[in-house]
Amino acid sequence: MAANPKITEDRLDALREEAARTGKVQDHGIAPVGSPFPKPAAAVSYHGNPVLKPPTWTWQVPLYFFVGGVAGISAVIALAAHLFGNAGVLRAGLWIGLLGALVSAPLLIADLGRPSRFLNMLRVFKLQSAMSVGAWTLSGYSSAVGLAVVCHELILAGYGNNFLLVLEWAAEISAAVSGLILASYTSVLLGVTAIPVWSENRRLVPVVFLAGGLGSAAGVLELLGFLLPVTQFIGIVASAVETLVAIVIELRGRYVDRPLREGTVGWLTRAGAALAGPTSLLLRVFWGHSSMARYVAAVCFVTGALISRYAWIAAGRVSSRDPQALFRIQRPAHNSAAH
Amino acid sequence: MRTSAFLTDASVCIGCKACEVACKEWNHIPDDGFEWTGQSYDNTHALGASTWRHVLFLEEKKPMGPQLAGIEEPFRWQFLSDVCKHCENAGCLEACPTGAIVRTELKSVFVQQDVCNGCGYCVVSCPFGVVDKNHEVGTAFKCTFCYDRQRDGLMPACAKACPTRSIRFGEWEELRQEAQVRVKELQDRGYNDAQIYDPTGSSVGGTHAIFLILGQPEAYNLPPAPEVPTIHMKSAWGAALFSALVVVLVVFLAFAL
Repeated sequence: MAANPKITEDRLDALREEAARTGKVQDHGIAPVGSPFPKPAAAVSYHGNPVLKPPTWTWQVPLYFFVGGVAGISAVIALAAHLFGNAGVLRAGLWIGLLGALVSAPLLIADLGRPSRFLNMLRVFKLQSAMSVGAWTLSGYSSAVGLAVVCHELILAGYGNNFLLVLEWAAEISAAVSGLILASYTSVLLGVTAIPVWSENRRLVPVVFLAGGLGSAAGVLELLGFLLPVTQFIGIVASAVETLVAIVIELRGRYVDRPLREGTVGWLTRAGAALAGPTSLLLRVFWGHSSMARYVAAVCFVTGALISRYAWIAAGRVSSRDPQALFRIQRPAHNSAAH
Repeated sequence: MRTSAFLTDASVCIGCKACEVACKEWNHIPDDGFEWTGQSYDNTHALGASTWRHVLFLEEKKPMGPQLAGIEEPFRWQFLSDVCKHCENAGCLEACPTGAIVRTELKSVFVQQDVCNGCGYCVVSCPFGVVDKNHEVGTAFKCTFCYDRQRDGLMPACAKACPTRSIRFGEWEELRQEAQVRVKELQDRGYNDAQIYDPTGSSVGGTHAIFLILGQPEAYNLPPAPEVPTIHMKSAWGAALFSALVVVLVVFLAFAL
C-alpha cells in the first residue's frame, strides 16, 4: 500500500520516463491545503541583538541640552528687549544666559570619560562634527554673554561710556547669534548620528529643541515675575509648536518612531509633550488673564521641555537596540513586503 | 605605504575564536565578563570596547549550499569573524571633536588613546556599531588594525592566528579580486547565496574590511546599506537654521506687538 493512495505505479513510471527524456520533471509537486501561503520576509537579524551601540551619555547631557537651550534663547530675548527698550527683561535675560552658560560647562565636562581632557575639544575645529561645533559655540557664547553682563552692570553702576556701550551691543549680538547655535546644535548633534529615531527625525528635532528653548526661556522669565504680553505671546507660539510636533509624531505612525510612542519612553515623550504642548497652551489661551494660570503654564512648559530632552535621549537608546529599525530604513522595498 | 585590508571569509571559518584570543592577547584587552549568552557558542555578544574581533555563530534553518544531508530539516551553522570596517568615510572619525580619531598612513582608522576625552559621540556615529566607550578607562576603543604590528611589517594578530585563512590580510585591491574569485567559485559549487559584503556604493565609500558571507547581511547584523551620518549634515542644519530664524522672528514680533 502506497503512502499516498493517489500515486500509482503508472505515475512513478511516467515520472521516470519524463526525467530520463528531458532531464527534469515539469510538475509542481504537492500543493498543500491553503497554498500558496503568503510569505512575509522574516525579520532577520543576528539573534535579535542590536546592530548599533546605545549612547553612552549620562544624566548630565539631557540637562545640558535643556539648560543650553534656555540660556541661548535668553540671550536672543535680551537683545530684542534692548532694542525695544525693556530694561528689566534685558538684565534678566543676560543673567539667565550667563548662569545657564556657567552651569552648562560643568554638566558637559562631568559627562566626559576623561573630564580633565575637556580642553582637547578645543585643539581642533571640525565643521563636520556637531560636537566640535558645540564645544566651540559654548566657549564663544559663554565669553560673549559674560562680557555683555559685565558691560551692562558697569553701565548700570554709572561707569558707562561710549566704548562700553558699543562693547555691550557687540557682546549682546554675539551672544544672541551664538545662543541660537547653542540652542540648536544639540538637535543637529542627534540628527547626524547612526541612531535611527534621531537620524530619521533630523528635521523635526531642531524644531522641538528650539521651541523648547524658546518657551522655557519665556517661562523662566515669567517665573521671575515678568508676566508680560511678550512672554505670553512667546509662550503661546512655543506650546502651539510643541502640540503640533506631538500630533505629527502620533499621526505619522512610522516604525522608526516607535520608541517615541511605545513603552516607558513613549509615555515619557507623551508626558513631556502634553505638559509643554496642550496643557500650557490651553492655560495661556483660556486663563491668560490670571497670573496664577500663567505661572502654572510656565512651570508646565519648563518641566515638559526638560522631560522631552530626557525622552529624546532615551528614545535613541531604545532605537539603537532594535536592529529592524535600522534595516527598514536601509531596505525599504525589502521590508514593505513584510508589513 | 600600502593600502591594507582584511578579507574575512565566512565559508571557511570554523568558529575557533583564535582571532578573538590573539587580538585580546596582543592588544592587552580585558575580558568581556565570561557571561553565557545562550546564543549558540557566541558569548561575547558583539564588537565593543573589549571585543575587537567577534566571532558570530549563526544557526539557520537553511540547507548548507548543495549538501543533501539533513534535507528534511535543513540546518546550517555559519561562523564569521566580525571586525571594525575601517571605512573610507568613517562616521566615528568625522564625529570626533578632539581629533583623537585619525586616518593612518595605512588608511586604517585609529583612536589615539592619549587624546580621546570620552565624549562618546563616535559611539553613536558609527553606522556599524563598532566603537564603544570603556567606562573604567573613560575613552573609546576599537580595532587598531594592529597599527603597531603593521608598522613593523607584521600582519594583524587575528589574521596571523587564523588557522583556515578565513581572515586574509593584504593589499586592498588584491583582496577585492580574491573575493570575486572566491565568491564565483562558491556559487559554481552550489552555494547560491554566497556574496561579498563591501559597501562601496554607499556614502561610507568602501571599507578596509571586506566580508564574504553566505546569506543576507542582516543575518550577520551587518547593515545592508550603511551610510556615514554626516550625509545628513545639510538637512539637519537646514532645519536648525530655519527654526532659528523663526525663533528670532517670534521674539521680535513679541516685542513689536
